[in-house]
Amino acid sequence: MADTAEPGSVADVMQSLGEVGYLADEPAALVAYLAQRLGKPVLVEGPAGVGKTELAKAMSRATGRDLIRLQCYEGLDEAKALYEWNYRKQLLRIQAEAAEGGQPDWDPAAPGRGAEDAAGEVMSDIFSEEFLLTRPLLQAIASTEPVVLLIDEIDKTDQEFEAMLLEVLSDFQISIPELGVIEARTHPIVVLTSNNSRELTEALKRRCLYLWLDYPEVEREMEIVRLHTPEIDEQLARRLVEVIHMVRQLDLKKPPSIAESIDWARALLLLGADDIDGALFARTMSIIVKHRTDMDLVAERVGMKLGGVKGLGAEAAG
Amino acid sequence: MSPLPPGLAPRLVSFCEELRGEGVAIGTSEILDAFEALDTVPWTREEDFREALAATVAKSQEDRRVFELLFDRYFFRAAEFEALERGIGEDRRYDGGEGLDLNELREAVRQAIADGRDGEMRDLARLAIAAFGRQGEGSGVIGVDVQRIRRTLGLQSQGRGEKGDVALDREQINQFERHLRRELERDLIERTEKLPPSRPLAELDRALPTSPAQDLAAVHRSVTQLKRRLATLGHEQRGRRRGAAVDMRRTMRASLDTGGVPLRLKYRPKHPRRPEIYVLCDVSTSVTSASVFFLSVLHALHDSFRKLRSFVFIERISEVTDVFERERDFRSISERISREGGVADVSGYTDYGRVWLEFLEEIVDDLGPRSTVIVLGDARTNGREPQAEVFAQIAERAGRTFWLNPEPRLYWNYGDSVMAAYERHCTAAFECWTTRHLENFVNVVAGGTPLVPQS
Repeated sequence: MADTAEPGSVADVMQSLGEVGYLADEPAALVAYLAQRLGKPVLVEGPAGVGKTELAKAMSRATGRDLIRLQCYEGLDEAKALYEWNYRKQLLRIQAEAAEGGQPDWDPAAPGRGAEDAAGEVMSDIFSEEFLLTRPLLQAIASTEPVVLLIDEIDKTDQEFEAMLLEVLSDFQISIPELGVIEARTHPIVVLTSNNSRELTEALKRRCLYLWLDYPEVEREMEIVRLHTPEIDEQLARRLVEVIHMVRQLDLKKPPSIAESIDWARALLLLGADDIDGALFARTMSIIVKHRTDMDLVAERVGMKLGGVKGLGAEAAG
Repeated sequence: MSPLPPGLAPRLVSFCEELRGEGVAIGTSEILDAFEALDTVPWTREEDFREALAATVAKSQEDRRVFELLFDRYFFRAAEFEALERGIGEDRRYDGGEGLDLNELREAVRQAIADGRDGEMRDLARLAIAAFGRQGEGSGVIGVDVQRIRRTLGLQSQGRGEKGDVALDREQINQFERHLRRELERDLIERTEKLPPSRPLAELDRALPTSPAQDLAAVHRSVTQLKRRLATLGHEQRGRRRGAAVDMRRTMRASLDTGGVPLRLKYRPKHPRRPEIYVLCDVSTSVTSASVFFLSVLHALHDSFRKLRSFVFIERISEVTDVFERERDFRSISERISREGGVADVSGYTDYGRVWLEFLEEIVDDLGPRSTVIVLGDARTNGREPQAEVFAQIAERAGRTFWLNPEPRLYWNYGDSVMAAYERHCTAAFECWTTRHLENFVNVVAGGTPLVPQS
């Protein structure tokens, strides 16, 4: 676990995350730092589109570790998350053995000289790592290089799956009945994200550090937008972020995410806009608002405000 | 990193005790984590100290909120207690308040609040107390003093400030108020030389700030949960494969992969039971305050369930399923229901007996053991015939019957409420007027433990 350089301080982490394009706020940087120092998994919760997944990716870039991602969904099971035996390969092996022996005597019940020994040998043979298909969790545990393991949208899975994760998260090991316990060779950084669509179990939470990510403040979001679209004018960026914040205040089905602010900034840049007025907003609104009912609401509330105040400036700007 | 100072460890443990007292579940392992975390961050920086502690012991947004409230209070009290013990005090810190120019001070405070400069706000809070309260002449009740000072300073949020002042952010004003409160408390402790008893957090403080919009979202969340729970109810045997039939065709087909050896058995899929839900919602005047909540529940249910029929009733019953299906926006739904719900609203008084008769007549053939009937209403019959036996028939035909009552259990069967007559036939009855109650209902339906203790 002492194989990668550990960060010296919270400021270091914040800086290294910043260098790979993720502007973390104080709590996020601190938790990222603690995750690396204590080797504990991090549970990140927050509304959709605040950069929960991005945090894990940035951590992998900043630490130079590979990112292994397990995308969760309803019905995800061990075979998809941990490991699976490669039936076909096992079967081939058995058949090859049978062909060599001249007799299909791999069945221990079959009579014959030495058949039992041979069968036992094949048996232990086909349940070796060679016949194991590793899935993300096992991959992360068995990797010789330190990795970042991202378990995305853990709230989409069933509770049973959470229980299965506990062994991985607290002891960093996986028990395979036929092989024994596989222990982590390096200590992975584990990041779990949740959109809070259901309560996670206490047991899981107890093993994690907790981080609540929320939409960033105007200043920070402006920095983020400008980092990703450096050509944008500062004035325009501020205006854009302010409008986004106004939109988020409304009761929407899906409030605009940070990624959508960036998309919008790029679109405005392409259009050569230098101010956001009612008309421009109405035309480009679909970039940040993705529901029909939401669009009506936003057009009514925000569009009006923009159109009302900037009504005269609209022609001039256009 | 610098090791934790002596004496901090017991403090932290007792802080965690206090958090537990407020219902935050903290395990011993989490306290150990907290110590480990605090070993690696400089504990001398408040921000780091607080965040590190929060990340290890507060594991949800609600917990975090309680944590913030308690953190401030606990360490403030701890520091004051220490000061008392050692007899440290600032005797003359309110001197010089008389000479202050009120207008200047008001401007300075507004400026500090607008800029959000924390340290300055604290200093100004002290000055303000000096200028207005004048030590010893406060009312002695902290809340009253805070309001008095706030009024004198003319601190109002959003545009109502005098002479075109910059509108101040509500949150920032609250911040200033917190400083005021704290300084007044400190003052009080120094004067009386003892700590006031610590009180449990008020329910109002600990609740996350919400707006009606958020409530609607919360209702939707609970209902989504309800959907999952209802859909998986009775599916416990799914994992056990008990009684599952082998699908020969698919098994043979799968065996082609493995050279004709049927290694993997394929089972006939079990078709999940589709829940059929009937919701009856009272929209009479006696439940006006709750009906917006009920309609939002109904709205959310429609979002989640395909096979759902909803009815509203006052004196008579009226099906509104298609209103919900056609309209997506909550506001227009409530408008349409009040306008053309078709509820024969002659007197505006609920007639439960008649409602049951009509409901039974309308859907008698559809009700079966798979159906769930949910009634949202206060069971106030206005003295009319309750027809409990008709309701019993409905409950008997349906698989499950739930009653959500917008009144506290205390008021049930009081006055013209005939809840007891109906409750007997229900699978369960719940008080329900907040999303928390709704969550509780969902939990119980799913066979979990109730969140709110049922009295």
